[in-house]
Amino acid sequence: MSDIANGIIQAVDLIVTLNPEVMQIAALSLYISLSATIIAALIAIPAGALIHFNDFYGKRAVIIIIQTLYSVPTVVVGLILYLLISRSGPLGILGLLFTPQGMILGQTVLIIPIMMGLVISALSGIDKSISDTLVSLGATQFQKIVEIVREARFAILSAVVLGFGRAIAEVGVAMMIGGNIRDHTRVLTTAITLETGMGNFALSIALGIILLVIALIVVVILNLITSALSSDMQQIAGGGPHG
Amino acid sequence: MIRIERLGRSFGPKEVLRDISLEIRKGEVFTLIGPSGSGKSTLIRLIDLLDSPTSGKIFFDGRDTAGSEKDRLAIRRRMSMVFQKPAVLNTTVAENVAFGLKFRGESAVEAEKKVRFALNLVGLSDLYSRRAITLSGGEMQRVALARAMVTEPEVLLLDEPTANLDPVSSEMIEDLIVRINKRFGTTIVLSTHDMLQGQRLADRIGVIMDGRLAQVGSSLEIFYQPKGRQIARFVGIDAINGGQVIENTGGHALIRVGETCFEALTPIPVGKQVSLCIRPEDVTLTPSDSVSEKTSMRNRIIGRITKIVPSGPFVRVTVDCGFVMVSLITRRSCTDLGLSLGARVIAGVKATAIHVIPEEGNSSR
Repeated sequence: MSDIANGIIQAVDLIVTLNPEVMQIAALSLYISLSATIIAALIAIPAGALIHFNDFYGKRAVIIIIQTLYSVPTVVVGLILYLLISRSGPLGILGLLFTPQGMILGQTVLIIPIMMGLVISALSGIDKSISDTLVSLGATQFQKIVEIVREARFAILSAVVLGFGRAIAEVGVAMMIGGNIRDHTRVLTTAITLETGMGNFALSIALGIILLVIALIVVVILNLITSALSSDMQQIAGGGPHG
Repeated sequence: MIRIERLGRSFGPKEVLRDISLEIRKGEVFTLIGPSGSGKSTLIRLIDLLDSPTSGKIFFDGRDTAGSEKDRLAIRRRMSMVFQKPAVLNTTVAENVAFGLKFRGESAVEAEKKVRFALNLVGLSDLYSRRAITLSGGEMQRVALARAMVTEPEVLLLDEPTANLDPVSSEMIEDLIVRINKRFGTTIVLSTHDMLQGQRLADRIGVIMDGRLAQVGSSLEIFYQPKGRQIARFVGIDAINGGQVIENTGGHALIRVGETCFEALTPIPVGKQVSLCIRPEDVTLTPSDSVSEKTSMRNRIIGRITKIVPSGPFVRVTVDCGFVMVSLITRRSCTDLGLSLGARVIAGVKATAIHVIPEEGNSSR
């Protein structure tokens, strides 16, 4: 119990004093996971829309595979990626192993399925009558998709937030691809693992609290962006091709 | 304006529309009536090019609509549609109304002017910046109507626009439909299962039964000369069955039903089995003890009142004359005449008010 209490005190202390090492770890965590979230969103939202708005043979099967990948263990993604990007692997030439870029790649791969799956269900949640209404009002296929994505914006935001949560909270990829190298690839989760192993429980708790504070800030900002997007997306849709 | 030729639409093995041929004229209000599930919505969706027919063709202003998606979009943009369930997007009323203009690349300044005009048309100017999902059903449907009209369509399609609305909102929508047609000359195609609404609004009516266009005509033709018992029942006529033509002198026929003889006008020859369609409002009731006087009522049948059902300012009185006759009279005359259950009355109906149709299934005999 005292470890938890000490952890809280230490967390406040580390934050208030802007401890350089902790700040560097926290910043790297945020940089890697946010980059992974943005890249994954840029892939998952259009890909999810593509799957949702097209009818093709095996669509159901594709969706089931995506949903299955929600539960892929982070260490399995880490392992497969390790084999691909390690020096002797097919992508070894890129030199991504033990780099932040490699970790971004790993976390992106990890969270694409969950984002894509939730984007598909967000779009499925929009009533068919909305789609009919848009088409009857003279929307092109592209204009229709933009409006439906916009209509589903809050559910899509949830998909992105969940993706970010899974990215910043995972250890497997960060450890296997990053290697927990001090000042280089050490992030909050790998630091917590290390400190716990060394018996520095209070510091681990402090790092955990910092991780949650970062998550809180990111979620609040994403929510603000989504609300503001309601009016911005209009211009994007208006600028689309007119048939 | 719109010509439909031998149109058919199947969903899997289910044939929803069969062999529909129809011409909708420029500037008219055309109503499709028929029971729920008869294919009205499917036909309206096909006209709006939201769906493609399995067979047959639709011509819009002389142009075949079965072209490329680009051509279909261009034609679709000359029409607008209002759905049974109004779908509004989660944004302001003004933005909802502006969608059609936005899709057509209209400038923001121009769009705002048109949106204000359209909202004014449906009487919702005050709700300009309200969130659309907070509106009532009737208001949403008026927003849908403004949204449809803002692009100045040549054809306005309405699929059961008042089916989910309260009477006051329905009346408001009906008034708007009439005003739009008069003021802008918009061709209007409306579907409804409410035949009275069809009668109130339409220049011409098409009756759809089981995916077929059963009859097309003016409301008078549909309501007084239904082609067949199914249509008769749908438009609110209780047909008297089991009649037989026993005499026919140049179209003036005597028809026997059980013990009673009716006089009616029909070219159907002697010996044929027929049904008699009589609109309840054409049946008069006289207490049977009143002094018989000369009258133009050619048919006077004695019966006993078995049911009195109030219906608004009217009363539906069911009279058992060996067969059932229904009379629609005002509440007032019901009281004045002292009609009550079990009372004997004389049901009167003019020969000209009887519409004779061949009995189905026996017509080949």
